[in-house]
Amino acid sequence: MATRIYVPRETAAISVGANEVAIAIARHAKESGEKIELIRNGSWGATWLEPMVEVVVDDKRIAYGNIEPADIPGLFGSGLLKGGDHDKRIGPTNEIPYLINQDRWTFWRCGLINPLSIDDYTAHQGFDAVTKAFNSGPQPIIDMVKTSGLRGRGGAGFPAGIKWQTVADTDADQKYIACNADEGDSGTFSDRILMESDPLALIEGMMIAGFAVGASRGYIYLRSEYPLTYSILTRAIAAAREAGWLGNDIQGSGFNFDVDVHLGAGSYVCGEETAMLESLEGKAGIIRYKPPLPAIEGLFGKPTIVNNVVTLASVPNIVNLGGEKYAAYGVNRSTGTLAFQLAGNIKRGGLVEKAFGLTLRELIDDWGGGTASGRPIKAVQVGGPLGAYIPADQLDTPLDYEAFLDIGAMIGHGGIVVFDDTADMAQQARFAMEFCAIESCGKCTPCRIGAVRGVEVIDRMIADENRDDNYELLVELCDTMEDASLCAMGGLTPFPVRSVLKYFAEDFASSQGPQE
Amino acid sequence: MINENYDKQSAREIIEGFDNRPEMLVQILHAFLERFAWISDEAIRQLASELNLSRADVHGVVSYYHDFRTSPPGKHVVKICEAESCQAMGSRELSEHAQKSLGLAMRESNDDVTLEPVYCLGNCACSPAMMVDGKTFGRVSANRFDEIVASMDETR
Repeated sequence: MATRIYVPRETAAISVGANEVAIAIARHAKESGEKIELIRNGSWGATWLEPMVEVVVDDKRIAYGNIEPADIPGLFGSGLLKGGDHDKRIGPTNEIPYLINQDRWTFWRCGLINPLSIDDYTAHQGFDAVTKAFNSGPQPIIDMVKTSGLRGRGGAGFPAGIKWQTVADTDADQKYIACNADEGDSGTFSDRILMESDPLALIEGMMIAGFAVGASRGYIYLRSEYPLTYSILTRAIAAAREAGWLGNDIQGSGFNFDVDVHLGAGSYVCGEETAMLESLEGKAGIIRYKPPLPAIEGLFGKPTIVNNVVTLASVPNIVNLGGEKYAAYGVNRSTGTLAFQLAGNIKRGGLVEKAFGLTLRELIDDWGGGTASGRPIKAVQVGGPLGAYIPADQLDTPLDYEAFLDIGAMIGHGGIVVFDDTADMAQQARFAMEFCAIESCGKCTPCRIGAVRGVEVIDRMIADENRDDNYELLVELCDTMEDASLCAMGGLTPFPVRSVLKYFAEDFASSQGPQE
Repeated sequence: MINENYDKQSAREIIEGFDNRPEMLVQILHAFLERFAWISDEAIRQLASELNLSRADVHGVVSYYHDFRTSPPGKHVVKICEAESCQAMGSRELSEHAQKSLGLAMRESNDDVTLEPVYCLGNCACSPAMMVDGKTFGRVSANRFDEIVASMDETR
């Protein structure tokens, strides 16, 4: 019988050579007459081990990490197909501490299955939840989501059940499910890993949302920086249609639902929900005033659920296992799990799905293994470019939406970017403003003009022109942007800037200035 | 500037493939990029007329998005991620190396290469990252950058 070998088809793994490894394995097996079945799975999220190759021996998956094409002959020589010993052998996948110490609620199939196989998906509880929904009717599903306490995982943390109820209660001839897959925050890649490793979970989550609120159309707004994700998603959708899980009268339920993928075009603001809706309508991604809320007047003026990928993909298991079960994870109002993403200067970067409540330090030390450079941590930016830089002495803050707000920070989409002590924090503050200037949609003045002025003021501080006066000016500018911007772009850009002023002010004196 | 790759018939077919729906403009522009490499004035005029939009509408959309280039790119497009995670792993030095070794400033092109910054490729656990012709690379050192660039013509 052919031996099963898994090699990820996932952006990060491929970015460090997984395709070349897969080719080398296939070639070597052919030349040596070994029978193998090569499966391209997604990623388990232990990105630091990529490319990670797994061999199935006696129904157990044995992992080998950081494989290069040049390793393949040696690996076969050491009995790869029998799980043989080798310098790069890690051991059974289900014994890797990085993975087994997680709380995999949403990402449990990632890495495990072939993302494009409907059979593999259904063999792992796929479509059980939507089937259950068809039998229970819409309102019990919304109630389950409410009970779970699930909050929007895109960053804003708004309770998903309340949003769903609003859309369900709004009468309209057409409603929409708009999935926000415009994962633009630096340090985040959980949406991408989910969509590349278990795309059908997202599709099922969207179907359940559609059934719960009476929407027959779904859109996934995917950033164009993710071309592989696009190809995997569109193939998964085609497979689901083929198998009768999308389209009219799905599995005889009488429910009609279909999904299309629309590409973004390199605009960060399009991750803001109303800008995303504009972009989905084919227009420039300029934000809308709120109210009206998208739940009442969203896409094409119709009631629309706008939820992040991870929010929607968390729903099938909530329906399968119950809202109480999900709510039992986490702390306070931060119930459930979040897929944290370890990035930047970190030894063991990757995705860690854990219940809320552990500390930043636990994540960075126990999973991340400290900095990649081996140097001390200077700052950690949590929550993307609009998140604060947290100094090393605050790493014991528990990961909880409200606890982070209390220290002037935010969890956002769960991206954690570590900087070592060589970082020039004045440059990071400058970049926060510069990024806002580049990406501002231009609708409101505090953001459009404020960001440009912010760069100028910071440059003057770095150049030591009236540093103290400019410090005050920058604080005032931050106040204005925060109070008067229309959306989070201008409203939250002050977060990282203020954190640098508060904790790393001495860096303005030592900064080498902009390098460009 | 005239886009020599542009032909009206192919453009019409692309637009018809989207049922001439104005709300598909962003998606149509992506298809145009794929087919014609960049968006010319001629393309904007044709899009406006076939989608029943004003030229200002179409221009507004084209100029809003970073992806929709309005001048010819080089044969290869090299994007260096300059967002925070990559900054923490030396992307500023990588960008400088890229500019020096390609002889181009950021957002500049020659016949062979276009060099651009990108704000996050979602490959943040393998920072610093770059993209060449739509393919993402991670853990990019200066040496690895040189190797990737040297192999561009083979990989295309």
